Amino acid sequence: MDGVHDLGGMQGFGPVEVELDEPTFHGEWEARTFAVAGGALGAGGFNTPMFRHAIERMDPGHYLTSSYFEHWLTAVATLLVEAGMISRDELDARAGTFALSRPPTVAADDVQLVSGRDAPSFAVGDAVRVRDAHFAGHTRCPRYVRGRQGVIVRVEPVVPIPELEAHRNEKVLDPTYGVRFDAAELWSDAAEANAPVHVDLYERYLEAV
Amino acid sequence: MSDEHGHRPEPLSDVERRARALEELLTEKGIVSSEFIDQVVEAYAQDVGPMNGAKVVARAWVDPEYKQRLLADGTAAIAELGFGGPEGDHIVAVENTPDVHNVVVCTLCSCYPWPVLGLPPNWYKSPPYRSRMVREPRAVLAEMGCDVPDDVEIRVWDSSAEVRYLVLPARPPGADGASEDELAGTVTRDAMIGVAR
Repeated sequence: MDGVHDLGGMQGFGPVEVELDEPTFHGEWEARTFAVAGGALGAGGFNTPMFRHAIERMDPGHYLTSSYFEHWLTAVATLLVEAGMISRDELDARAGTFALSRPPTVAADDVQLVSGRDAPSFAVGDAVRVRDAHFAGHTRCPRYVRGRQGVIVRVEPVVPIPELEAHRNEKVLDPTYGVRFDAAELWSDAAEANAPVHVDLYERYLEAV
Repeated sequence: MSDEHGHRPEPLSDVERRARALEELLTEKGIVSSEFIDQVVEAYAQDVGPMNGAKVVARAWVDPEYKQRLLADGTAAIAELGFGGPEGDHIVAVENTPDVHNVVVCTLCSCYPWPVLGLPPNWYKSPPYRSRMVREPRAVLAEMGCDVPDDVEIRVWDSSAEVRYLVLPARPPGADGASEDELAGTVTRDAMIGVAR
C-alpha cells in the first residue's frame, strides 16, 4: 500500500535526532512488548509480512507519533483481535481505549495466487526497470523506485512472496536481487553526486530493459 | 520507578497501560508464558548487541582469509563465531574502502542485522533517517558527524527484502600492534551501520 510507512524520499521530517548512550529498551514496557510480540506472533501463527502489514495499517497520525515498540504493540494486538484470540473489549477493559490498526482493504481472494520461481532469471549486470504497481495491500516494493531503471548487483535468496504471505498465508517462492539505482534516476535534479542507492527487490517487481 | 524506598510508583503512561494490558491478557489466557517473556528480555538485554558484530569486524581485520569468507558469505562467516538467529538468515557484509563508504537503512520498516548489532537505536527507526538517507545521504551523514569526501562514493543499502547488511569499516591506521580483542573494542555500532567512519 502507498502508506505512511513507505518513507523513502519523503521530506519535512527534520534532522535525525541521536540519543547519546541510548539503552536497548526505553523502559520496561518496551522490553516486555518486544518479547510479548515474539511469543504472540508464534502462538498465533502470524508470519512477518502479516505483522508488518498490521503496522502499515495503523492510522497514519498514530504511526508517525508513536515509537517503534508502540507499533509492535498495536500490530500484535490487532492481529490477535482479528484472529479472535482476544477481544477488543478485553483490551479496552484493562487499558481504556486500546488503539488498533485499521482493517485490511485487500481481501485474500483479491490477491491472485501465482506459481513460484525457484531460480533467478536475471544475472548481475542486467538492466531492469521496477514495475509501477500500486497494490493496496502489503508489498516490499518502495514507492521511490517504482518505474525507475537500475542494474542488478547481487543475486539474493529465493524467498516467499510477501504479498501472498501477508494476505493468503501462502509461501510461494520468488528470487530476490540487490538492484543499484543511480541517484539521478531517483531524484533527478535534487540528486547528490556519487551516491547510488541499492534496494533489495523481488523478481516479480522487475522487468527486463 | 520503584517503591522499595518508600517512593510512590510513577503512574503508568498510556502506552505502558496498553502494554501491560496485552501482556496480562496473553499470560492469563496461556497464549504467551511469563517465562518466555523473561527469557527473551534477558537474551536481548545481555547476549545480543553490537559487541557481536565488533568481534566479526576485528576478526576480518586480523585474518585476511576470514575477511574473504565474510565478504563471500556473511551468514556463514558470522556463524563461525557463533552468531545467528532471528533477522540473521541472510547477512551480507559490505566493505568500506578508500573509494567507497557504505551505509544501511530500511525505508519501509526498520530491518537490521539483529545477531550482530542487536536491536536498532531509535534514530535508525525514525522517519527522518528512513526518509532522508536514500535521498540525501551525504547531507545526513555530515549532520551526524560523518564527513565523507566528495570523491568517495556513498553506497546506500535499503534492506527491503531478506538481506540484512553489516558494514565492514576500514581498519584504523596506527593499530598494527593491537590484539584482536583490542581491535574489537574500537569498533562502534555506528561504524557498522555506516553513519561513522
